[in-house]
Amino acid sequence: MRLVLLLGHSLKRVDAGGPPARKSPGKTFMTTETANSDTHSLRHGCWSCATQIESHFCDACGKVQPPAPVDYFRFFALPRKLNINVKELEREFYKLSRKLHPDMYGRTSEQERQWSLEKSARLNDAYRTLRDPIERTKYLLELEGMKLEEQSKSATDAARTAGQEKKQVVPPELLEEVFELNMQLEEVRMAKKSGAGNVQLALELRDHKENFERKLVELDRELNAVWNEWDGALDRGDAAGRQELKQRMADLLNRRSYIGNLVRDVNEALEG
Amino acid sequence: MAETNTERVVGIDLGTTNSLVAYMEGDRPVVIPGEDGQNLVPSVVALNERDEIVVGNAARRYLIETPERAIYSVKRLMGRGLEDVREELKLFPFQLAEDSKQGEVLRIKLGDKAFTAPEISAFILRQLKRNAERYFGAPVTKAVITVPAYFNDAQRQATKDAGRIAGLDVLRLVNEPTAASLAYGLDKKKEGTIAVYDLGGGTFDISILRLHEGIFEVIATNGDTHLGGDDIDNLLIAIAIEDIAGDLGVDLRRNAEAIAAIRKTVIDAKVALSSEPRARLDVTLPGGKRYQREILRGQFEGLVAPILERTVGPCKQALKDAGLQPGQIDEAVLVGGSTRIPHVRELVKKLFAREPHAEMNPDEVVALGAAVQANILAGGSVATQDMLLLDVTPLSLGIEALGGVVAKIIHRNSTIPASAVEHFTTGVEGQTNVAIHVLQGERELAKDNRSLARFDLKGIPPMPAGLPRIEVKFLIDANGILHVSAREQRSGNAAEIDVKPTYGLTDEQVETMILDSFDNAEEDFRQRQVIEARVEADNILGALQKGKNNPAWEQLTSDEKKKIAKLEEALQAVKPGDDYRAIRGAIEALNVATTRLAELMMDSAVSGALKGKEMDKTGLGEGPSAPHPFAPAEITEVGRKDR
Repeated sequence: MRLVLLLGHSLKRVDAGGPPARKSPGKTFMTTETANSDTHSLRHGCWSCATQIESHFCDACGKVQPPAPVDYFRFFALPRKLNINVKELEREFYKLSRKLHPDMYGRTSEQERQWSLEKSARLNDAYRTLRDPIERTKYLLELEGMKLEEQSKSATDAARTAGQEKKQVVPPELLEEVFELNMQLEEVRMAKKSGAGNVQLALELRDHKENFERKLVELDRELNAVWNEWDGALDRGDAAGRQELKQRMADLLNRRSYIGNLVRDVNEALEG
Repeated sequence: MAETNTERVVGIDLGTTNSLVAYMEGDRPVVIPGEDGQNLVPSVVALNERDEIVVGNAARRYLIETPERAIYSVKRLMGRGLEDVREELKLFPFQLAEDSKQGEVLRIKLGDKAFTAPEISAFILRQLKRNAERYFGAPVTKAVITVPAYFNDAQRQATKDAGRIAGLDVLRLVNEPTAASLAYGLDKKKEGTIAVYDLGGGTFDISILRLHEGIFEVIATNGDTHLGGDDIDNLLIAIAIEDIAGDLGVDLRRNAEAIAAIRKTVIDAKVALSSEPRARLDVTLPGGKRYQREILRGQFEGLVAPILERTVGPCKQALKDAGLQPGQIDEAVLVGGSTRIPHVRELVKKLFAREPHAEMNPDEVVALGAAVQANILAGGSVATQDMLLLDVTPLSLGIEALGGVVAKIIHRNSTIPASAVEHFTTGVEGQTNVAIHVLQGERELAKDNRSLARFDLKGIPPMPAGLPRIEVKFLIDANGILHVSAREQRSGNAAEIDVKPTYGLTDEQVETMILDSFDNAEEDFRQRQVIEARVEADNILGALQKGKNNPAWEQLTSDEKKKIAKLEEALQAVKPGDDYRAIRGAIEALNVATTRLAELMMDSAVSGALKGKEMDKTGLGEGPSAPHPFAPAEITEVGRKDR
């Protein structure tokens, strides 16, 4: 979740004589979803035949059910474990897609069509998130109330443009190296502007990149280990243990993101 | 099973150069021909001498004769604004309406009238709709229409608008490469990873899909909505004009008729060079001078290589986004008329390390695929019951944040439908509106991306700055079109959203155009009756000519011959007029007077048949529009023309 501040410019009309407004067709769109809602179960009574069910479709009459405010794990009827069998997830994804996709609702009521649209969007969002281990971890941490650093490039650029210091979380053991790297990157950028190449510099940068890539491999190994610990803690019902693991994962992801950005910066500098 | 409800859903390929309509007949899709028997309807719209709208083959001659009253390749203008088309306008003979302003919907002049791009596309769609209705003998109001995969939101919306104006309920927009893969997949029943390379008249798409167990899943897509056969034509035209300036000392850059004539010969040469090693440009210019020039295939390839090179970047990016090496692609499929150029095949072969498939007609495969999708939406039949299309959005969706930077909220190549939720708040005490600028594209800065629309969220209860919590939900539907809804969470109120599309028509404008088309419907109807009556008149007069050359003619009495001559004259007299009832009356009268002649001709034809000739060689048999006895004798002329 991200709060984006829109200041005074929202008060002055940005359209300045453009075409008149078009009413959004999304009016019918406000569903039962609410912001902090992500933990409820799917259990409810079927709108069509009133049977008590706990899935996307009624077991008795087969009708699609309205979108429920469940998180991505629940959507796939999975526990909040970090190891997932991706092949099985894929199979389930295709199975649900065949039944939820709007193309299959060409001849149903408008309401069911709308529900299929929202549910298949959620299905696709959930699948996309859960099938990638890093995204899965980030999502889980978010569900568990942890905030991750805004390490994205756009956030960095935004800060740069606004002339602000972006909140940096430099992994301590890397402080010296990062300092040196940033100096070198700055040198390369200046050299590029004046048109001068520098083979020595390029080689040093390449060395740094390889070093960082090695660190990334290490980080991924650590993450893997934490995932296993997490799943174990979940099974044991170890809440305190999970709390500590959350912190470790957040830390690892922040580092990973930071180093990933460094690698990206070096790649950009080395190109062209 | 097949259509259980009475109405058929058709599939339409609304192409830059040609358009088609198709439907699923049993287990195979088939193209529905026009009245002239042709499968392809050129995407050309013109005003004829009587200020009537003419579409397709009938409109083509006006491109050369009165180019300011004809328009082609209108797809290039759909969903675009003034700044976008400035470059296009230098190369295409389009005239914008004089009062065109920045930020307004473009209107293009056709004679004295001006139409928006969706309205012009609607004329083409209406023609296709009529063709289908004539074929089925029943109304057609539902269709699936294809769009380039790389079309942005505004371009898609414009296509949907065109459908509405034409009286069609557009059940789905399907991406062209995906549609082609449906036709291909249905035909071949293959599984695996395929790359669809679609180079048409005005747009280029590359899509990479996985086909398995009836699921057609797009993994990545890329393209260029400003690249196609038209660019090749324009390059050759420019060269010809330069040539002519050098050889004949004439500057034809402002001469619309000359350019139109040069364009025609350039296209003929281009097409010929796909199968011949050399071709000739040959055109008579206004003023009588004749320009001739031979082109060798090698020269042609050298000239167009830079244009075709532009397809390489998107292909490589698509492979990268899909995380695949060329060797991991199982099949490469060619779609679009421009892929007939041998050099294109070579290029695709190199890119994907295999011989591309070209067995399916590159002009028809998209329409056939659209028909398959139409069938799936209509409830499916045995052939399509296990088929499902999972497409993606081609461009990242983002919102403009502080500093003019774009925050991406839905990434390109995300399977659709897809959604994202963002939260906003106010910066000033008591602020009741919040504006959001939504963009599409991959660049980091808002100014480098495609502005989609500005959403104005109204009705926020006045509160201290930073307190309101507005949840905005972005949903990209299965058509690839964005829908937005919002709610202020502290009050629970749904926020009212006014959408200002940057390049499109508002709902009100579309409604007005639909109403206009109803008003014109009566006039349209009358015009159509006149046109159809004239066609029938020509049929019967032509048949009469044949009759006169037939031995049976001599068997008529001189009174009969005189009567026929008089009625023939009467029909000729009334035909050019606007009174279709009078024309039909004259046709009927001539009909009656020639009944005996027809019978005599039929007798001799039948006895000829019984002597062992094949039925169709005698000219007997059903014609597509044969209300009178003369038609059977005409059948080899009218109707089915082989392409």
